[in-house]
Amino acid sequence: MKKSIIKVNNLVKRFGNVTAVDGISFDMHEGDITGLLGPNGAGKTTTIQMILDVITPTSGEIRIFDLDMKHHREEILSKTNFSSPYVTLPNSLKVWENLNVFAGLYGVRNSGAKIKELVEQFDLVDSLSKLTSKLSTGQLTRLNLVKALLNDPRLLLLDEPTASLDPDIADRVQHMLLKIRKEKGITILYTSHNMKEVEALCDRVIFINHGKIVDDGTPADLVKKYGHEDLNDVFLHIARSDSK
Amino acid sequence: MKFYRVKALLMRNLYLYKRSLPRIMDILYWPVMELLIWGFLSVYLEKLNFGGVSVVTVLLGGILFWELLSRAQGAVSVAFLEDVWERNFLNIFVTPLKTIELLAAWFLIGLVRIVLVGIVAGGLAFLFYKFNIFTFGIYLIPFVLNLLLFGWIAGLFAIGIILRYGSSAQIIAWGILFLIQPFVAVFYPVSALPQSIQWICWILPPTYVFEGMRTVLATGVLPFRDFLLAAGTNAIYLVLVVWFFFRMFARVKEKGLLLKLD
Repeated sequence: MKKSIIKVNNLVKRFGNVTAVDGISFDMHEGDITGLLGPNGAGKTTTIQMILDVITPTSGEIRIFDLDMKHHREEILSKTNFSSPYVTLPNSLKVWENLNVFAGLYGVRNSGAKIKELVEQFDLVDSLSKLTSKLSTGQLTRLNLVKALLNDPRLLLLDEPTASLDPDIADRVQHMLLKIRKEKGITILYTSHNMKEVEALCDRVIFINHGKIVDDGTPADLVKKYGHEDLNDVFLHIARSDSK
Repeated sequence: MKFYRVKALLMRNLYLYKRSLPRIMDILYWPVMELLIWGFLSVYLEKLNFGGVSVVTVLLGGILFWELLSRAQGAVSVAFLEDVWERNFLNIFVTPLKTIELLAAWFLIGLVRIVLVGIVAGGLAFLFYKFNIFTFGIYLIPFVLNLLLFGWIAGLFAIGIILRYGSSAQIIAWGILFLIQPFVAVFYPVSALPQSIQWICWILPPTYVFEGMRTVLATGVLPFRDFLLAAGTNAIYLVLVVWFFFRMFARVKEKGLLLKLD
């Protein structure tokens, strides 16, 4: 039986009168790639932020690696990482400086070799001495992913990692993620609005709307269940069902 | 506390300083300008002869100490703001970094800047005005440490406010010390102020530092009472500001404001 990586139980987050996350429960096991999907404002980012201990839940429980964040924050976050195009690395630092700083923050041993290995894998060797501000969007996404893999995480949270990438680079990133999962067995929680990408990448998807889980299953099962052509239509069906 | 994480944050700032002219100017340019303006003014006033009082000593001592205080406060606030401006704060907070390590890194950044300001401004004061603040160095060090501590306290208070009320409160980071400047006896003794407001001076740790500094420069003797009162009031403010910071940080996490800081 695969190890439990995330266990979320009846998680609630209220901001004043607004309920952003409304009693969701789910779990993830080692090596799973799970898509957390839903329209803007559905509660995906709030859920990810609560898993990362950046937002305090109103109620409910989150256990990661079967540990609770309150007492094991350092242990959990040293084996977890995160990437989002909306959270940037400092533009005013060079690429190698940024990676060196984050290697230090994660306590990466033999950080020089680790950085070298990852920048080779993500084709960023020539960018190491450049200022981060000089990188293209595709290079920035790859740099964010290098940062996210520096500590050999067991759990990776990716918030729309391919947003604003052209299809070629988005496809390459997808393949890199599948390769990393295969080689290292990383568990990935993934949000994206690109349903084709989700179908290609995720073993399972959780649809969330108005803070509640509205469906959960493999992409193929959900397409079949809703009687649509693909996951994009399922997304539209779910997103528009409450407005009918 | 893991020193390698503190070191990583320190490096994050030092990488930036080594090639950023505005940041180097922030450390060196303003202290030098202040020193030149006030220094030449005090040389001029000295010539007017105010009954044997050394105007150079009083004004230059004041300006040097004030610069140490304001640069220490600025260093802490700017170290935090750098990550706000770069939208990097979330990346930092999802690492295993403990809040206490973050505070230690900010404190060390303040220390680095205060040493740089001390060397440059102190050197220039000697070069231009033959004013050697290091003559009484051993006695002034306890006061300098108290200034560094209060600068850090003020910086942390400003960070707590910015965290809670957002980037629009950034003005606090630049103006907070000027709110207290008239009351902490930088250029004149507390006795020069009206009796009715002197109590404000005595609840502020830098007052004891500036009063003590003048005593050291005038007599060469360490006023132990001033030192103890500076350290004692600083200790109270330190406890309060750390409590305030953790409280603000908890509120920010409750309200989900970390993502909105930019």
